[in-house]
Amino acid sequence: MTTTQTGLGTYLERILKRHGRDSGRLVQILRDVQAEFGRVSAEAMAILAERLSLPIGDVESTRDFYSFLTSEPTGTYRILFSDNITDRMLGNQAIFDHMARRLGVSRGVVSADGLASLDYTSCTGMCDQGPAILVNGMAITSMTLRRADQICELVRSRVPVAEWPNEFFRVDHNIRRADMLLGTDFTPGSALRAAVAMGREAYLAEVKRSNIRGRGGAGFTTGVKWEAARNARGDARYVVCNADEGEPGTFKDRVLMQFYPERVFEGMALAAYVVGAKLGLVYLRGEYLYLKAPLEEKLSELRAARLLGDSILGVDGFDFDIEIHMGAGAYICGEETALIESLEGKPGRPRIRPPFPVSFGYRGQPTVVNNVETLCKATEIALHGGAWYEGFGTKQSTGTKILSVSGDVERPGIYEYPFGVRISQVLDDAGAKNPKAVQISGAAGQCLTTREFGRRIAFEDVPTAGAFMVFADHRDMFEVARNFAHFFQHESCGFCTPCRVGTRIQAGIMDKIAAGHGTQYEMNELQHLREVMRTASHCGLGQTAGGAIADTIAKFREDYEKRLARKDFEPAFDLDAALARAREITGRDDADSRMLSDA
Amino acid sequence: MNEYDKFSLDGRPIYFERGQSILEAALAAGVYIPNLCHHPEFKPHGSCKLCTVKVNGRFGSACTIKAMPGQEVASDTPELNGNRRVLLQMLFVEGNHFCPGCEKSGNCKLQALAYDIEMLTPHYRHFYPVREIDATHPDVLLDFNRCIMCELCVRASRDVDGKSVFALAGRGTASHVVVNSPSGKLGDTDFALTDKAASVCPVGAILSKRVGFAVPIGERQYDVDPISAQASARQAEEA
Amino acid sequence: MLHAAATPARKKVRIATTSLSGCFGCHMSLLDIDERLLELVDLVEFDRSPITDIKHCGPCDVAIVEGGVCNAENVHVLRELRANAKVLVALGACAINGGLPAQRNHLDVGDCLTRVYCDRTGGEVPDDPELPLLLDKVHPINEVVRVDYFVPGCPPSGDAIWKYLTDLIFGRMPRLEHPMLRFD
Repeated sequence: MTTTQTGLGTYLERILKRHGRDSGRLVQILRDVQAEFGRVSAEAMAILAERLSLPIGDVESTRDFYSFLTSEPTGTYRILFSDNITDRMLGNQAIFDHMARRLGVSRGVVSADGLASLDYTSCTGMCDQGPAILVNGMAITSMTLRRADQICELVRSRVPVAEWPNEFFRVDHNIRRADMLLGTDFTPGSALRAAVAMGREAYLAEVKRSNIRGRGGAGFTTGVKWEAARNARGDARYVVCNADEGEPGTFKDRVLMQFYPERVFEGMALAAYVVGAKLGLVYLRGEYLYLKAPLEEKLSELRAARLLGDSILGVDGFDFDIEIHMGAGAYICGEETALIESLEGKPGRPRIRPPFPVSFGYRGQPTVVNNVETLCKATEIALHGGAWYEGFGTKQSTGTKILSVSGDVERPGIYEYPFGVRISQVLDDAGAKNPKAVQISGAAGQCLTTREFGRRIAFEDVPTAGAFMVFADHRDMFEVARNFAHFFQHESCGFCTPCRVGTRIQAGIMDKIAAGHGTQYEMNELQHLREVMRTASHCGLGQTAGGAIADTIAKFREDYEKRLARKDFEPAFDLDAALARAREITGRDDADSRMLSDA
Repeated sequence: MNEYDKFSLDGRPIYFERGQSILEAALAAGVYIPNLCHHPEFKPHGSCKLCTVKVNGRFGSACTIKAMPGQEVASDTPELNGNRRVLLQMLFVEGNHFCPGCEKSGNCKLQALAYDIEMLTPHYRHFYPVREIDATHPDVLLDFNRCIMCELCVRASRDVDGKSVFALAGRGTASHVVVNSPSGKLGDTDFALTDKAASVCPVGAILSKRVGFAVPIGERQYDVDPISAQASARQAEEA
Repeated sequence: MLHAAATPARKKVRIATTSLSGCFGCHMSLLDIDERLLELVDLVEFDRSPITDIKHCGPCDVAIVEGGVCNAENVHVLRELRANAKVLVALGACAINGGLPAQRNHLDVGDCLTRVYCDRTGGEVPDDPELPLLLDKVHPINEVVRVDYFVPGCPPSGDAIWKYLTDLIFGRMPRLEHPMLRFD
């Protein structure tokens, strides 16, 4: 072993020790290695594999799955631009190009001096204060050309990110409408006390009575889930908080984690109380790294207040603590079984269901996976009871729902409404300017037009995980759908055929149409692909990956039509560009060395 | 038939044992449902999606859905076969599948399914990916150009051979099978021709060296009878 | 049925054929229909084809294309056939997925040319405008023009070609099934 390897080994040993040499924490370990060395090299991988007794291919498999983990070095300053459609609408591309010029780097390539690398990344959850970027994992909001210049200066002067101006990292809550959750003060421990006072059976009965449904999108009844996990056979039980808020246009969980963490953690403790879990895991998306330290601090406070730890509130046997796991750049990990795989240190490929996590979850044990918002709501039920809770919202959608409103509105931010609120009301409250469409529930959701603005947010009408992206009259809905198509191609886990290949073909067709080479033939292809992906894909990602395209074709066909070539066929590739390399090597530039695509 | 239950597959009654998947029950009854990533000796995987059927009107993978009494299963329909053709076309354009030069031709499940479902063209724009060939092992050649990510080799090596020689790495269309050795080469593993993993590849990605076109054209596995007909013939033999 | 249809009153179907980036193996296979060639001449006449040596294609009913698209000339020929034919058929593996010539697709075409013309002989890559310029990759023909029918095989057997052609000529939905449907 060479000296450098020995040195590397020592560093890695420190990281391994921090994680108790637990191969189940591989994603966390690899994150730390990436942060320390700017990559996870083949040498590092070999050492980790050996010391964790894992096949090296398994380590490689995990490393290569996550966007934030790289085999090759990134720049000392790794700058990633959030590329949601809302960032684009706020002009992120011009700022990107400006920065690339100033730093002398091109997309995805590290500068010659190794100082900087620049790339795009999937939505970072700052849609109400974009354009947003990540620098070495830390979120910077409200980017402008001026801020870009300042950053370039700091990079060139090699100022550590920790010493950059605080205001860059400011993340506002932008709460515009607070209702029963956001508008109510909360005393840590109060909900737990209430639950303990009534007893776990009675509290579970209240949760069931409230008819609360999961806020992550699927809308499964929370009480039923908890009861199933409690009744399932297992050696241990776990409560997992799904804070992997990756759906483009969603950012309400970020606000809850940052400004209401006591609610979230107490909700987890309530779930643990009911199901009998000793350990809770928060799966926090990698993009929210800036929240990790304050959340750890909050956990310490709660431990000190004996609201976490052994014999919580003096109840014998009510032992529960919480760990925070960081994601590493993979949208699919928002799917609960993929999330569990990731928690176990593996690539986030969704499992076959059934079995569901309630019976076979984290490390094969009964596991409750709840969305951040759902857990917050559990505190309300403990405090006020199920009947009270059921009094809000609609019959099938009780309580309130937090919406993340972004796009063409005067007041982007967080809006909490009782379920049943009309789309038009949200648009009015947010100050939408000539809205022509709303994309509900993100790239995987549905696109509504003016005619549908009278519809209601509720599981029985328009279900949503919370994203509410508004598009004004002048917006091009084709470009919206194209942005989503690329998002899905980038985020497909690759497990099943229709999604792995279909999302790529789909994005290719959208690019072809964008370049003016699409025809009616491509339009038909999109529809057909969508059907195959929808009906054959393994999980929701592939099943919904063609939805935005289908919706926008149905509702904004003119945005596609205006790009279509008026003929029945266009080549699949750019013929003239395909001759470029041969032109270059032969030095030819005669007429026969050129080719028109539509000759 | 007391201990048996039955469901309906394209109108035919299929008797099954509790615990069987729809696919297992159908194959045992001699009724073919197209599949690529399925192997009777391994746990259901559900990634190729060729076995997608409609169960009581809902789409699902026949290999992962348990057979239940009274299910109405549709499989051999124009709609489902049309979608299967698209899935096959996706697999063909995703890799580099040049049958005339492949030793597996005639014995390849991907190709046999394409024949059976009458796929005449890969249809979509070819990706023409650049993939590796690994000839470092004395007895076995790996040609990843033909890999369809079914993970049968991954599962066989891990679950049967106990060697974990392969793993699926990457994400999306960058997914690829890697070899578990510091060099990433098969020659640096304890892989052996006698391993289960050496014989499960449904396509020509894992090939035995020094065996070339041993069976004459016309006598290969799928030259005479289509893959679907062989399932029922096999069952008839066993019965 | 065939004989009944092949009455003198029937107008002959005009067919053009070409081999782009292929080996002419599919054309050879066409000749493998043996004595049925005599029936074929009663049914069809040939426009541009290696059989006639006509240089440019006129209006015709069916164009049969062997081979993939590897250079600029292939594109022009293919487009000419497409423009003139009512129905265009991709014949054989190369026309359908690039086939053997597409084995160069993982290589840089510039490197290929340098390797062939410079490294071994010390010469230069020819720049004569008469020479068709190579595309960076070899493509199947359906990535360049609209294709109506596909007859796979390397080559498709004479029987398969005969079946497909006669289906087309007599207005049946052309269909190839096992064991005539083959990719090798």
